[in-house]
Amino acid sequence: MKHNYDVVVIGAGPAGLASAIEAKKAGAEKVLVIERDREPGGILLQCIHNGFGLHTFKEDLPGPAYAQRFIDEARALGIDFMLDTMVMEITPERRLWLSSARKGYFSLDAKAIVLAMGCRERTRPQIRIPGMRPAGVFTAGTAQRWVNVQGFMPGKRFVILGSGDIGMIMARRLTLEGARVESVLEVQSYLSGLMRNYVQCLEDWNVPLHLRHTVKRVIGKNRVEAVEAVAVDEKWQFVPGTERIIPCDTLLLSVGLIPENELSKKAGILLSAVTGGPVVDQNFQTNFPGIFAAGNVVHVYDLVDYVSEAGNQAGHGAALFANGTLAKPQKSIKVNAGKNVRYVVPQFLDPQALKDEAIVLQCRVTQPIEEDVWFEVRSESQSIVRRSDRYARPGEMVSVKLTPSMFDDVLKAGELFLDIYAKSEA
Amino acid sequence: MEEKNFICTACPMGCKLIVRLDGNEVVQVLGHRCRRGENYGAQEATTPKRMLATTVRARGGLHPLLPVYTSAEVPKAKMQEILAILREVDITCPVKMGDVILKDIADTGVDILASRDL
Repeated sequence: MKHNYDVVVIGAGPAGLASAIEAKKAGAEKVLVIERDREPGGILLQCIHNGFGLHTFKEDLPGPAYAQRFIDEARALGIDFMLDTMVMEITPERRLWLSSARKGYFSLDAKAIVLAMGCRERTRPQIRIPGMRPAGVFTAGTAQRWVNVQGFMPGKRFVILGSGDIGMIMARRLTLEGARVESVLEVQSYLSGLMRNYVQCLEDWNVPLHLRHTVKRVIGKNRVEAVEAVAVDEKWQFVPGTERIIPCDTLLLSVGLIPENELSKKAGILLSAVTGGPVVDQNFQTNFPGIFAAGNVVHVYDLVDYVSEAGNQAGHGAALFANGTLAKPQKSIKVNAGKNVRYVVPQFLDPQALKDEAIVLQCRVTQPIEEDVWFEVRSESQSIVRRSDRYARPGEMVSVKLTPSMFDDVLKAGELFLDIYAKSEA
Repeated sequence: MEEKNFICTACPMGCKLIVRLDGNEVVQVLGHRCRRGENYGAQEATTPKRMLATTVRARGGLHPLLPVYTSAEVPKAKMQEILAILREVDITCPVKMGDVILKDIADTGVDILASRDL
């Protein structure tokens, strides 16, 4: 079969750009990135705040600058871009069906594919807020695109539901643009975003944060006029008598992100019920050989630097697969989420891969543990590695590295488990 | 003696700092677990600084706004003044990432840089 490309990457965000660059460097001759927007960069283009690249470049960059460094490198390497083009379908045989205004409906064949579609925000129907359905309810990311890229203000007086990073960052951004942010409500008893965003986005600009609070009702006929906020108990049930009407014209939702996998689902790629993303091995390869996945499409990351790293790995694997040099798996062992762990990525690994290179396991803790903790990888019968930290929080991804020195232990294991627990419980 | 409380943002740990001040003089920083935290507390209690990122009006580009940022941290107290200056900026594309949009904004010694090509 004649292939149009060695590696085709779907999505020109940070994961896709890093995948394409690494695929090219690892020996893939013809590499293509397909992007539905009119320019590459992805959501980074609307994240105009600083804080990107501290790990990758040892610099504090705004999102668009972080993206552009990768875009410039990709162009210099001779990677092809197909912009303003939507992938409609992919097949297990790695044929892509695409649509664009210029070329109509057409197909391409790739030796390897990298899925890098990123994630989507949860919307109002997904969290079921009762009340009326007026205009003025937006996701935080939509508001971010309007304010930072398109030049529209979505409102004047805001309430933000959810203490995710985008919500907190928008609280600051809207304040800088002259709007008033009345309150950030968080249903959980802890912050869901990063501490530095709480300090620099809420505290700095006197935006109050109310933990264990949510929106009971949206009020307004044509446009939002107010929301009714209410305290909740530990089971997220409303506490009667704590209701408070907050006048506002806009409600922003920052209530979580979900990997964007419509294409993967349609192709029959195996997805994890917990992450919402494809089940992958140590090369970020899905259950279909030659189809890889990287970044927020697999699971939602906290920092873009780690997304770029994941892109590197998936792109590397894709290039080797395209050239026929990717090692065939000998054995596949399952990596399980153990104590206090919501999920682990990769979900499967081939112990043979550990012979030459380290494998990093990434996970999220279920509940905050604000004391010294162990992150431990074990088999059914023995501990393989553990490292300590001063805390574990759901907002921050945790990684544990398996190194070639652990090869024998991992090879013996039937399955692996990753546990997180307080040292005081050990 | 005055005491101020901060949450340290030098790393993700988020230590709760107490800074003791005599006038504008830092006497003691408590609650930090590293040198960076101690420096952060002292700076935060005397002249807190932040990076600033915002947009300016742009003409002739793919988008009507150009994202910009400060080349270094600027005093928090000068934020509003800087924003007021940037609201008046009106630039014409093309612009290159890193181009200096304004030099030495509000006498801070800090430049305003373009965050991307446009």
